[in-house]
Amino acid sequence: MGLYRVLQVIWDTLGNKQFCSFKIRTKTQGFCRNEYSLTGLCNRSSCPLANSQYATVREEKGQCYLYMKVIERAAFPRRLWERVRLSKNYEKALEQIDENLIYWPRFIRHKCKQRFTKITQYLIRIRKLTLKRQKKLVPLSKKVERREKRREEKALIAAQLDSAIEKELLERLKQDTYGDIYNFPIHAFDKALEQQEAETDSSDAEEKDEDDDEDVGEKQFVEDEEVDESDLSDFEDMDKLNASSDEDQDDKSSSEEEEKKALNAKHKGKAPTKGPVQRKRAYVEIEYEQEAEPVAKAKATAV
Amino acid sequence: MAKAGDKGGGSGKKSLKRKAAAEETQEEATAAGDGATEGGVQPPKGTAFPPGFSISEIKNKQRRHLMFTRWKQQQRKEKLAAKKKLKKEREALGDKAPPKPVPKTIDNQRVPDETIVDPNDEEVAYDEATDEFASYFNRQTSPKILITTSDRPHGRTVRLCEQLSTVIPNSHVYYRRGLALKKIIPQCISRDFTDLIVINEDRKTPNGLILSHLPNGPTAHFKMSSVRLRKEIKRRGKDPTEHKPEIILNNFTTRLGHSIGRMFASLFPHDPQFIGRQVATFHNQRDYIFFRFHRYIFKSEKKVGIQELGPRFTLKLRSLQKGTFDSKYGEYEWVHKPREMDTSRRKFHL
Repeated sequence: MGLYRVLQVIWDTLGNKQFCSFKIRTKTQGFCRNEYSLTGLCNRSSCPLANSQYATVREEKGQCYLYMKVIERAAFPRRLWERVRLSKNYEKALEQIDENLIYWPRFIRHKCKQRFTKITQYLIRIRKLTLKRQKKLVPLSKKVERREKRREEKALIAAQLDSAIEKELLERLKQDTYGDIYNFPIHAFDKALEQQEAETDSSDAEEKDEDDDEDVGEKQFVEDEEVDESDLSDFEDMDKLNASSDEDQDDKSSSEEEEKKALNAKHKGKAPTKGPVQRKRAYVEIEYEQEAEPVAKAKATAV
Repeated sequence: MAKAGDKGGGSGKKSLKRKAAAEETQEEATAAGDGATEGGVQPPKGTAFPPGFSISEIKNKQRRHLMFTRWKQQQRKEKLAAKKKLKKEREALGDKAPPKPVPKTIDNQRVPDETIVDPNDEEVAYDEATDEFASYFNRQTSPKILITTSDRPHGRTVRLCEQLSTVIPNSHVYYRRGLALKKIIPQCISRDFTDLIVINEDRKTPNGLILSHLPNGPTAHFKMSSVRLRKEIKRRGKDPTEHKPEIILNNFTTRLGHSIGRMFASLFPHDPQFIGRQVATFHNQRDYIFFRFHRYIFKSEKKVGIQELGPRFTLKLRSLQKGTFDSKYGEYEWVHKPREMDTSRRKFHL
C-alpha cells in the first residue's frame, strides 16, 4: 500500500466522511482548527493530516517561523515539523520562503507567502495600536454598585434639596446680597411700623382720657355717620360691579385683600375712629371688607 | 389546675399549645423561671422556663415561630405603653417638660473628621490664597470651559453636553474624535481655556466626569449617576437664558470638600446677574454631590418659589489628582478606596 493510498484513506475517513477533531462545520463551509493548517479551511489540499508534504507560516511573540513537514520524517513525530526563523525584513523573508520551498508545489508556496503577508500586517497594526490610547476596562462589583445606589437614594432624601436651596436664597435676601432689586424692606419697615403704632396708641389713649374728662355732662350735637371718600369710592365700585363680570369682583376683592394684608400691620384690628379724634399725622383710611361682602353686594344689587 | 381545665375545652392549635405552655409552667418551679432576665429573645414573662433558656433553642419550627411572635407582640405592647406614658408625662409637665430628644441621624452621628475646616483657620486661609484657584478668586482670570466626551459619544451624552454648556456660561463643546487628552490639554492652555470637562460614557449613558483645572490645576474624577436631561424633568420651567447664574455650594466641610467646592466655584463667572434669577446648586450630602439648576422667584420676603430648569445629576468623587490629567504618573491627592474607606457608615470624606 503506497503512501499516497494511506493519505487518501486518511482523508476519506477523517476529512470527508467521519469525525475529525479539528474540523468545524458551518452551513456552507468547513474549517480546520489545526494549528499547522495553512489556510483555515478544511480541504483535501490544505489538510495537514492528509498531506505528507506540507508547510505553514506561524508567528510566536512577534517572530515569524516557517514550518515544513516532509514524507521522510513521517515516521518520527517528534521531528516531524522543521522550523525556520524568517527575517524581520519583509522582502528578505519572502526570499527565504522561496528558498526553502524551492521545489514544492505552487499552491503551498503561494499560500505560505500570503499567510506571511497577513501576519506581518496584523503585527504592524498591533504595534500601532499599543502606541495609541488604550481603553481600560474596569470591573464593577455588583455589591458595591448596589450599595452605592442605595446610599445615594438615602442621601437624596436626607438632603431635602428644595428646602435647602430655598433657605439659602432667603438667607441671601436677608443679607442684602441682591441689593435694590427686590422691594421687601423687611426689618426696617417692621421697625418703623412698630414705632408708629406705639406712638399712635399712646396718643389715642391720652385723647380718650381727655375726652372722657371733658364730655361728662356736656351736650354736643354730633354728625351722622360720615360718608367718607373711601365709602363713596365703594359705591362707585358697586356700580361698576353691576356692569362687570365676576372676574372683576374677584380681582377687586383680591386686590383689596392684598391691600389689607400689606397695610395690615399698621392697623391691627383697629377700626378707623371717626369724629372727635384729631389726626396728627398723614393717615390712610382703610376699609375692611370681609369675604362674605361680595355676596351681600350681589344680593343688594339684585334687589 | 382550673386553668388547665378551662383551656382543655378550647379548640385550635394555638389554644392547645397555650394549654401545653400553661401545663409546663405549672410543672416547672416558678422560682426557677424568675431567674430568666428580659434581655434578648427570652421567653415572655409570666411563664416559667429553666434559667438561661431562649426561644431560639426550641427545636420545633412552628412552636418556635409561635413563641417568637408572641414575644414580639408583647414587646410592641410594652413599647406602646412606654410611649403613651412618656407622652402623658410631657403633657402633664406642660412648659416645664424637658425638650424633645433629637433623633439620631447619620448626619448628626457623623464621625468627626479631623480635616473639617474651621472658618477662622488661618492656615486654611493662607492655603486658599496661594492655591491654583487663587487667580480666579482674585479676579485675575475669568473662566472659559471646554466640554468634551469620551470617544464616540451616543445621543444622551451629546445632549447632556449641550445642556451643560447652556448652564455654564462661556463654555464650548467639542467632539473628541479619538484625540488623546494629553495632547488636547496643551492646546487648550494655549487657547486660554481655564477648565476642561470630560464626560465619560459607558453603554450609551454618561457615567463619569473628569474636571481638570487647566493651567496646572488639580484634576478631579467623579462617578456620575442619576442623570436627568431636560425633557425628563417633571414640572420644569422654560429653557435657561444667557444670564450668569448664582452658585450655591452646600456642605463642603472638610479640606478636601473645600478644594472641590472651590473647583466648582471656579467654573462660573464672578458676577452673577441677579436679574436672571437662575441658580446652580452643588449640594454635598454624605459624599454625594447633587447638582441642580433652578430659577427662583421671591414671592414675599419669607417665601421663595423655585422651578427646576436644566439637567440634574449626582457626582461621587473618585479621585483628586494634583496636576492636569495623567492617570498613570500623576500624583494623587486623594483616591477613594472602597475597602478601606467604606467600612464605616458614619464616616464621610467631603
